[in-house]
Amino acid sequence: MSAHVEVRAGTYHDSVTLMLASQQVADLPGVRSAMVAMATPLNLEVYERLGFDLAAVATASPNDLVLAVEADDEGSLAAAVSALEVQLTAKAAPSGGAAADAVQPHTLAAALRDGRGTLALISVAGRFAFVEAMDALQAGVSVMLFSDNVSVEQEVLLKDEAARRDLLVMGPDCGTAVVGGVGLGFANSVRLGSVGIVAASGTGAQQVSCLLDAAGVGMSAVLGVGGRDLSAAVGGRSTLAAMKMLDEHAGTDFVVVVSKPPNEAVAEQVLAAAEKMSTPTLVGFVGRGREDLTALSNRALSMLGGNVEPPQEWLVPDRQPQPGFIRGLFSGGTLCDEAMAIAAEALGPIASNTPLEPDWALPADLHDATHLMIDFGDDQLTQGRPHPMIDQTLRLERIAEESKDPDCAVLLLDVVIGHGSHPDPAAELAPAIVAAREQAAADGRDLAVVVCLVGAAGDPQGLERTATALNAAGASVHLSNAAAARVAISLVEGNTR
Amino acid sequence: MSRLDLDEAPVVATVGAAMFADAITAQAAHVIAVDWKPPAAGVEESLATVTADPRFADANAEAVGRLSAARAHWLDVRPAAEVLGLQRGEFLHAGPPVDWANACGPLRGALIGAMIYEGLVDDVAAAEKLGASGGINLAPCHSRGAVGPMAGVVSASMPMSVLADPQTGKQGYCTLNEGLGKVLRFGAYAPEVIQRLRWLQDVLAPSLATVLQRHGPVDVSSLIAQALQMGDECHNRNRAATSLLLRDLTGDLIESGLPTARIAEVFNFISGNDHFFLNLAMPAGKVAADAARDVPGSSLIVAMSRNGTEFGIQLSGTGDEWFNAPAPEVDGLYLSGFGPADANPDLGDSTITETMGIGGMAMAAAPAIVRFVGGEPTEALRRTQEMYEITMTEHPMFQIPALNFRGTPTGLDAVMVARTGVVPAVNTGIAGKEPGIGQVGAGLVTPPMSVFTDAVRGLAARVQRAA
Repeated sequence: MSAHVEVRAGTYHDSVTLMLASQQVADLPGVRSAMVAMATPLNLEVYERLGFDLAAVATASPNDLVLAVEADDEGSLAAAVSALEVQLTAKAAPSGGAAADAVQPHTLAAALRDGRGTLALISVAGRFAFVEAMDALQAGVSVMLFSDNVSVEQEVLLKDEAARRDLLVMGPDCGTAVVGGVGLGFANSVRLGSVGIVAASGTGAQQVSCLLDAAGVGMSAVLGVGGRDLSAAVGGRSTLAAMKMLDEHAGTDFVVVVSKPPNEAVAEQVLAAAEKMSTPTLVGFVGRGREDLTALSNRALSMLGGNVEPPQEWLVPDRQPQPGFIRGLFSGGTLCDEAMAIAAEALGPIASNTPLEPDWALPADLHDATHLMIDFGDDQLTQGRPHPMIDQTLRLERIAEESKDPDCAVLLLDVVIGHGSHPDPAAELAPAIVAAREQAAADGRDLAVVVCLVGAAGDPQGLERTATALNAAGASVHLSNAAAARVAISLVEGNTR
Repeated sequence: MSRLDLDEAPVVATVGAAMFADAITAQAAHVIAVDWKPPAAGVEESLATVTADPRFADANAEAVGRLSAARAHWLDVRPAAEVLGLQRGEFLHAGPPVDWANACGPLRGALIGAMIYEGLVDDVAAAEKLGASGGINLAPCHSRGAVGPMAGVVSASMPMSVLADPQTGKQGYCTLNEGLGKVLRFGAYAPEVIQRLRWLQDVLAPSLATVLQRHGPVDVSSLIAQALQMGDECHNRNRAATSLLLRDLTGDLIESGLPTARIAEVFNFISGNDHFFLNLAMPAGKVAADAARDVPGSSLIVAMSRNGTEFGIQLSGTGDEWFNAPAPEVDGLYLSGFGPADANPDLGDSTITETMGIGGMAMAAAPAIVRFVGGEPTEALRRTQEMYEITMTEHPMFQIPALNFRGTPTGLDAVMVARTGVVPAVNTGIAGKEPGIGQVGAGLVTPPMSVFTDAVRGLAARVQRAA
């Protein structure tokens, strides 16, 4: 056993440095105890308790430094003493400038504290969304609430809070919005203009705004309100607020309101509000037995005095009806609903995971030997995986499967491009369509593929480029979802189970 | 007119899927991205209930407004029997309520010392017997307008500093700091400990009372504000504040008419004890925190404290209810000869400093002690900046030079702690776990998450009852 005791007169280190040094040296192999401290009476008591010789430090004053190390052998002792020396003379490492980096905010409250933010976009799981949305409203900021599974009670609370503060809650379950020329969520780069859209349906709003865009009409804003806004419980709170905002907005000359047929009392309120607006307003309740989104868009265009022409199509020549059924594979809920409504009128029951009538529900395996349309964006199918507008895996698998099914005559697909969507859906879909048609041809079938393409010319994926690629793969491509559905129907009409 | 601007490109604060933030950036618009993670499991419904309470925002504004507007002046030094009405056999302690059976070593040690000091018993064995037999009454300091460092034991004869808010007159109390080494607050009860307590009572307390009478009230809030700009955070470092205090009092001390020898004694005691000011910063915090109590619906933390067995908090909106969990270990640096095995779990009311917006919350102001938190000054800056995530406001008076004189993060919000998983930064001393040992180190405590989530649940239950 060896010990080293040393007194350094007039050497000062702060106590934290010394405690740190003592601790690190005491942890070295072979070291029994170590102490480096100013020679205060208190520290000398500790020194004595550790078993060091008091006589060795008899002359030390509180302004002197005491170094004391006891180790198993000379080697460990020497290593410990030199390590202590290193500890005491070490220069601080450069920090890398971390101090300047502000802490990233953990909540919307913190993110909005400095007053820079003007809008909040929330896409956390629904049960966590309420407090974040409340943060934004209390900071005086409107909210786009992409999250679904927010309770109706919370939705009403949020919308009432927004009303008190003259703010807007877009959502919950709001997929798209365009504010100040910036697309939020799944949104298209539509041209700027003076038409304001209020929509209770994300893909519905995308379809209408893209059809207007294609006809040369620009948008001042697209304000989503969430699919439940026009229910009796929510009472159209956000729809009415958004209509008022657009009515007061100098840059908006025409307003389109799009929704599935709402609760009757709420519908009356919305229509009455539209009557009173100083801005011309078209209210379109679309759905089964009512006008479709394309017809609504055309009505808007004619009210605006524009040229109403059929939306653009990229056709496949000489396509003949085939025996078999339509298999509709959708990513947009409203587009799926609309295609089913149109097809049901012509073909009768359409089986689906989101059926128009309860009797038409698909079995859990999503297969049936009939006309069927699947909404891959439905909550049940998006749990634990990204939305099909982003991740096409499930649809691609189903396309390959349908290509081998002799019952499948027509594949009807929607492709929604724009911000937030897959960066190049055609790059995956075109080869899948080619492969599917080849597979069917090998089995002696002529598999028709019909695509509804929702997008604007300015979208990052390229509207023309996407359409051309899909068309070259053998699909007919239609900017109108209704038109795509009708083409699909025409290829199977008369075929029943 | 709506406050949603439809003409300008928005600056979008995003929380959730990163792809949406990226899509906005791709459109050349500005994004403020939230680094979000889910709240502690199972608390989301209570969070929604509390934040949906129509009183919530106003309640928190009211409570934190009172907390940050409070000021504390040191008025006097009087016996606890007089200012708190403490009886013989009645003892206050740090932290949430605890009985003898569950009291930790240092708390028992301090109670033993206090029993001897009060003359209730003659020796340690008798004190232990009296304690165990239920022969003494225990209550938290917090329940009587007082706070105590470490064990925080207060008995009837002990001199208490009396602080008050000059506007409201509301008072807060704390014992006089005994210095370092073997001291009662760390659970030591040796004869020299008792002797020092008697000296505090017989010499220091009357001298200070005389000096204060001559000097007039000492503005403790102002001293804290100055000390924060001189390297103190006023919990684990009080060197600047103690020096400022002494400078402030010295003229009156000299002219007090006390004998020169006593003047020297008093001066040297304060001068030789860097932590003397801690026992003034703490009751200043108590004055501020108590001002913020009892605002229905508020999630402001008005007490955060430990008795060495449990760590507990109280909220403004939940009255006198404590939300407790086992006291955590302190992650720290140890005095030579001691290590984690010797340490008692977290102890003391001194977290009242963090509750008022200094101490660990103001770590960025005290680069000299940042190595307690295992880092460089940059880490201290980061820690303080992170605290703004879980606090309601910035202190109007306490500022941090290194953060461009930004006010310290003030007003701990249990809702924000539960939401973010960020717990208050707490600096503290470490007591030896055996009675009689004293201080063994100092370091950083990670408060137990469950006290904050339990408090949010408790507040939610009250909100539902009120609705």
